[in-house]
Amino acid sequence: MVNSRYILTTEPTEKKDTRSGFGAGLLEAGKHNKNIVALCADLTGSLKMGDFQKAFPDRFYQVGIAEANMMGLAAGMTIGGKIPFTGTFANFSTGRVYDQIRQSIAYSEKNVKICASHAGLTLGEDGATHQILEDMGMMTMLPNMTVICPADYGQTKLATEAIANHVGPVYLRFGRPAVPMFLRSDVPFEIGKAQKLTEGNDVTIVATGHLVWEAMVAAMALENRGIRAEVINVHTIKPLDGKTLIESVSRTGCMVTAEEHQRLGGLGSQVAQLLAEHNPVPMEQVAVNDSFGESGTPAQLMEKYGLTSEAIIQKVETVIARRAAADL
Amino acid sequence: MVSTDLSSVASQVRRDIVRMVHGASSGHPGGSLGCADLLTLLYFDAMKLDPASFSMDGKDEDLFFLSNGHISPVWYSVLARRGFFPVEELATFRKLNSRLQGHPATEEGLPGIRIASGSLGQGLSVALGAAQSKLLNGDDRTVFTLHGDGELQEGQIWEAAMYAAHKGIDNIVSFVDCNGQQIDGSTEDVMSLGDLAAKWSAFGWHVLTCDGHDMDSLSEAVVAGKANRGSGKPIVVLMTTSMGKGVDFMEGTHKWHGIAPNDAQLESALSQLEQTLGDY
Repeated sequence: MVNSRYILTTEPTEKKDTRSGFGAGLLEAGKHNKNIVALCADLTGSLKMGDFQKAFPDRFYQVGIAEANMMGLAAGMTIGGKIPFTGTFANFSTGRVYDQIRQSIAYSEKNVKICASHAGLTLGEDGATHQILEDMGMMTMLPNMTVICPADYGQTKLATEAIANHVGPVYLRFGRPAVPMFLRSDVPFEIGKAQKLTEGNDVTIVATGHLVWEAMVAAMALENRGIRAEVINVHTIKPLDGKTLIESVSRTGCMVTAEEHQRLGGLGSQVAQLLAEHNPVPMEQVAVNDSFGESGTPAQLMEKYGLTSEAIIQKVETVIARRAAADL
Repeated sequence: MVSTDLSSVASQVRRDIVRMVHGASSGHPGGSLGCADLLTLLYFDAMKLDPASFSMDGKDEDLFFLSNGHISPVWYSVLARRGFFPVEELATFRKLNSRLQGHPATEEGLPGIRIASGSLGQGLSVALGAAQSKLLNGDDRTVFTLHGDGELQEGQIWEAAMYAAHKGIDNIVSFVDCNGQQIDGSTEDVMSLGDLAAKWSAFGWHVLTCDGHDMDSLSEAVVAGKANRGSGKPIVVLMTTSMGKGVDFMEGTHKWHGIAPNDAQLESALSQLEQTLGDY
């Protein structure tokens, strides 16, 4: 059932943070293209941009605690052919600078890569002021914007290199905690192409970011109970790979989505829209239910707010029961 | 001395402005009229440009960024008169399917525009990015910007001001349209700007002042701005203007910030502005 095209191991022993994948990818991209520049708003260490800064000091811009200015600078640098990567926390990459992104980057079609770390609850102890759970929704709503949320270290590195070669504004979301490395990093990252990680005809589980591994854990547990789940890694939230999702539910007849984001406006909202238009099968969401986060360890928070493999399994049971009821 | 032809161009630009705003029954004539002299000087005298083959990158050209995008009529008129696009297109201002959006935009591909503006306070950051791009590319041309004085109430302007001084960006010349007016009244009444020269100076900028309706005074500021290259400090020009300049009933008041003249008002305005290049 496991698709070895994408899966490196189902028993990962190594963990790494996705932000380090970004840092490694940025360095790599910088080696291959001298037009790549990086801007950071006083979070170089947190964003793992230090290696790029060391390797290319002339192409690294410390902008201080001034994110609005950073977004404008990045937009302006594209005039003259630069490819700017901005780095700060997801909260300060989106909500704080939404109008700057909207007017100077998205509407103006500027080739800026907005790279956002510490997204979601797994930012942890800093609490709700910093735990943005609305960022993907805000960015998805902007015309011209591509939105990407990779699942592990290796995939974040690949995604960072891929967006350097993509012309147009991109929002790249990643996180703080060390998470299992389970995906192969020797396959090209295709923007807009969802990855079928397992094959199964009983339920489709669509996940993004940190929840992809949780979906894998859920699928393996379900397999032991005779339920074959098809896990799809939607690393690109926009443009959404609707074709792959619709094909999957045509066989499974039900779907669970999972994301570290509000249920309104995130992956689940988009998928619900897609299903409503093309194949309205029963669907359940694993997401934060219209509330802010709080202080705690990442694991405690994911547990409390129901973003775990167990929560996915519960939703799978619910959705399969709904499908069965509908069949009667 | 600056050629007197520039003043005749500016007169036609002012006619274009009031005709465009009248034609659209909306728009911002006051600030547009006040900045007609500066934009005429920049585009017809001071800047190195290639109107016939506009490129987004503007390599080896001087660049201009209009941060206070609501005064789009003056920019559109100057761009058209300078040959960036046909002057007849000015008649489409603010109308459906036009490249001349209410506020400047890139989406419709209007030659001369490099970034959308309108939501205030963003243009200085963008221009500084473009200026740094020029420095990285070894391109020694200059980046010019224009801001409203009311626009300086936006915090992002001061983020950008601090940044420019810290990085020593000296290939940018920023003009502030000091007309003392904004939508709700005088800047003094709405939100006092205080001592602007002292503020910019404290932020690490060279500060010049000039008369925004005297071509020689404007030209001196531009020359000094370009000569600032190498100083390691950015330069700002506080340009004194009269909102609505050239049309007596629009002058010196905030009331014509953002409304269109009716037919009789248009006739009165045009009677005060010489037609020098032919109306579109």
